[in-house]
Amino acid sequence: MATDRAEQKDNEIIEKLKHAADEVVKVAKEKQNPKLKMPLRGLSNVYFDEKDKMIKLGDKQQTRSFFNIGQAKKFMQTFLIAASCKELIKSGKTTSIRDIYYNTKHTIGDTDENTFDEQDESDPVIEDIEVGFDALREELHLFANSKGSMVGNLTIMDSGDTIDLRKMGSGGWSIPSICEPHIIQFKNCEAKFVLFVEKDAVWRRFNEDKFWEKHNCIILHGQGVPPRGVRRLLRRFADELKLPIYVLVDNDPWGLYIYSVIKQGSINLAYESVRMAVPTSKFIGLSSFDQDRYKLPKEVTIKLNDLDKKRIQEILKYPWFQKKDWQKELTHMLEKGVKLELEALSRKHISFISETYVPEKIARKEWLE
Amino acid sequence: MAEDDNGKLRAISVAEFFEKNRHLLGFDNPIRALLTSVKEAVDNSLDACEGADVLPEIFVQIQELGVTRYKVIVEDNGPGLPKDQIAPAFGKLLYGSKFVTFGGKQSRGQQGIGISAAALYCQLTTGRPVRIISKTKKGEAQVIELKINVKSNEPEIITHTTIDWTKEHGTRVELEMEAKYTEKKASVLEYMKETAIVNPHASFVYIDPEGQKIDFPRVTKELPRKPESIKPHPYGVELGILERMLKETSSRTLKSFLTTEFDKVGSGTADEILKNAGIDPKISPKFVTIDQSDKLVKAMHGTKIMAPSTVGLVPIGADIFKKSLESEYNLEFAYAVTRPPSVYRGNPFVIEAAIGYGGELPKDEGVKLVRFANRVPLLYKQGDCALTKATLSVDWKNYGLSQSGSNMPGGPAIILIHVASVWAPFTSESKEAVANYDEIIKEAKLALQECGRQLQMYVGKKFKREIAAKKKEMFKNYSIELAVALSDLTGKKKDEIEKDLLKVAEEMLATGAIEGEAEAAKEEKKPKRKLGAFKDSGDE
Repeated sequence: MATDRAEQKDNEIIEKLKHAADEVVKVAKEKQNPKLKMPLRGLSNVYFDEKDKMIKLGDKQQTRSFFNIGQAKKFMQTFLIAASCKELIKSGKTTSIRDIYYNTKHTIGDTDENTFDEQDESDPVIEDIEVGFDALREELHLFANSKGSMVGNLTIMDSGDTIDLRKMGSGGWSIPSICEPHIIQFKNCEAKFVLFVEKDAVWRRFNEDKFWEKHNCIILHGQGVPPRGVRRLLRRFADELKLPIYVLVDNDPWGLYIYSVIKQGSINLAYESVRMAVPTSKFIGLSSFDQDRYKLPKEVTIKLNDLDKKRIQEILKYPWFQKKDWQKELTHMLEKGVKLELEALSRKHISFISETYVPEKIARKEWLE
Repeated sequence: MAEDDNGKLRAISVAEFFEKNRHLLGFDNPIRALLTSVKEAVDNSLDACEGADVLPEIFVQIQELGVTRYKVIVEDNGPGLPKDQIAPAFGKLLYGSKFVTFGGKQSRGQQGIGISAAALYCQLTTGRPVRIISKTKKGEAQVIELKINVKSNEPEIITHTTIDWTKEHGTRVELEMEAKYTEKKASVLEYMKETAIVNPHASFVYIDPEGQKIDFPRVTKELPRKPESIKPHPYGVELGILERMLKETSSRTLKSFLTTEFDKVGSGTADEILKNAGIDPKISPKFVTIDQSDKLVKAMHGTKIMAPSTVGLVPIGADIFKKSLESEYNLEFAYAVTRPPSVYRGNPFVIEAAIGYGGELPKDEGVKLVRFANRVPLLYKQGDCALTKATLSVDWKNYGLSQSGSNMPGGPAIILIHVASVWAPFTSESKEAVANYDEIIKEAKLALQECGRQLQMYVGKKFKREIAAKKKEMFKNYSIELAVALSDLTGKKKDEIEKDLLKVAEEMLATGAIEGEAEAAKEEKKPKRKLGAFKDSGDE
């Protein structure tokens, strides 16, 4: 553990926050309107980088001024959170973004207005600070709730503890929010690939069937849209261990979106794509052709609703889904008019997914990229 | 007329008619009967005072005699009635000149069928006579108790005495009836309040059944101008009326009939009408055939004739109307307008509207609409009334009030509309709703829109002031919060940072340099993230 490096980083961040605060104090003294400049987050400043194959944040800047009707509160909130982060860093503690919300939430003066009403209000401010002060969330000593589990042919170090991912029982190792190299190090890896499964329940099937042992791999899930920790791990597996990443999701727009987030990143965290996106990740299923290919009866399918159809139309236009195979896959889903859950394969038999489906797909290289 | 058992027509007395049709005359239920009785008596009193150029001082009391029995007492300072006129005035239905056929002058009396109807109602429900005290300047105070002979429509005097009355002159009527007292909508109190608003020259004292005394002082000492009588305008004439006028006229020729009996018909106009009708001007009105009358009516409606004279109209006047409204309600803002006279079917009329805002008016209720015709409040049938229709046709959202769909706008506001007309256009005998004439709706709408514009200006200014105050408060509070955070981060003194921030706030507020008002509005309209269909998971 590079404690000196960590300490240096801490000081660097405190300095950044202090510098911004000093600037505001100075400007106010000069009777000017204090302003904060930061990259603009959101759709208008997000683009798909064709070369790197990921969603990135553009270079548009936004200015947030204090004496501005629409921005005053956010401006104030930004420094409230910044001050709270400074305290955290100083005390050497790390806490959840929910904690920070409570820590900074209070009633303003003798009004009935709160500094923050919902965590939905403080979370984006934290993201603003990450982008605006060029500080990673972990560098601010913040984390989100853990989500997702992992097992596999691999040993890791987590905050100095050795963890053998072959011996994690039925629940697996709970993936923390921060999976940076200074916290998690990969030690002994025999695995040859990584299988990401959308759902916890399906992941359990793979674990119980010892899929990872039989096929010498790592299996993990993120309970739906994977959180930062899971995405960061996937990226590190691809970068540091050069493992292929296979993504197994429901055959519906939501599943495709999850794949999309893993592969190219998300709009909201476009500035984190560089650390998290895995453009090489492979979509192995479920495919809209699987129903026919595996002769699944009609009753295990679910009809697409209007919203589903609308979303598929949107996805058809995503730049990273322009390849012929993808267009075919998506158009076919629309033509069939149905979606398929991973569990639909259990109609064949309970372990069809882990014993037949995935092994066959990988062996036949039946995936989309 | 009514049919008897043999199917033959026979004449029935008006009193008999009343007995059979009291629902049409405002006596259909015990709550309304009480109110109608008060209304008739007060109308009489006001008319009597104004007729004698006396500033009205009217006393109204409701006494509870039993669970469903009440006594209505109305007393005025009018000229009093000569001894021999008392009995017919109170004991004969349709006595006096209130039921003019057409034309005439603006009066309250078109409202009901008179105080004798109330007397009859008392008699029918309690068997008690009506008691009247009346004193003229010269005579003694006469005290008469009388009943109405239902068959003959003639008063029957039960007792007749004289007393010493401290009053110089005036009339007092006491009516004992089956009734019900309510304090809800369409209550006597409400009626008193509204009557006081449109009769600013009168003072009222009201004592309710609990003995509580409520004063409605007068707002002006100026009596309303006495309405002049006007002749009917040809545009409003119908065949039936024309037939009767032809029969009753003393004119020798049809032409002189037209020039003497009608408003705005001179020799030239009369010639043109008759030419259009193709009738000889020299024939006697008595010999006009039905066929000819029909042609004559059509010609009267089809010939260009000057708009009717408006001398018969006596509006309240915008200034007094506003003042009067303000004296009854504690308001933040009030405005009133009197429209120029207009005409519906040959009848001149004037619309007046007033609006009150804020103050004691409730914020969370719909606007209260108060309707008047010839200075009498209309307390029932709001939904059927042209004035209601006009109110709902205004887009109040443009004028600073909330409004969902075409419902009554939201408070805190009160809207008053007064239609003054020689012949108030009611929908039916109950005289509680103004009929839907386009001209009346249009005029009412114009009046309301003007009130609306004034209100909007007031509300707009007030809103701006409130926003400014809110902004100031907001920047002050945020500055204090920000100063704490900045002090934590920089180690500098909180108080000093706060002081600096507040100084900038003050300066920027004063010079209007605060940013973002336009942007703030735009920001709200901007669509959310397009891919928002897929909301990123919160805890990414």
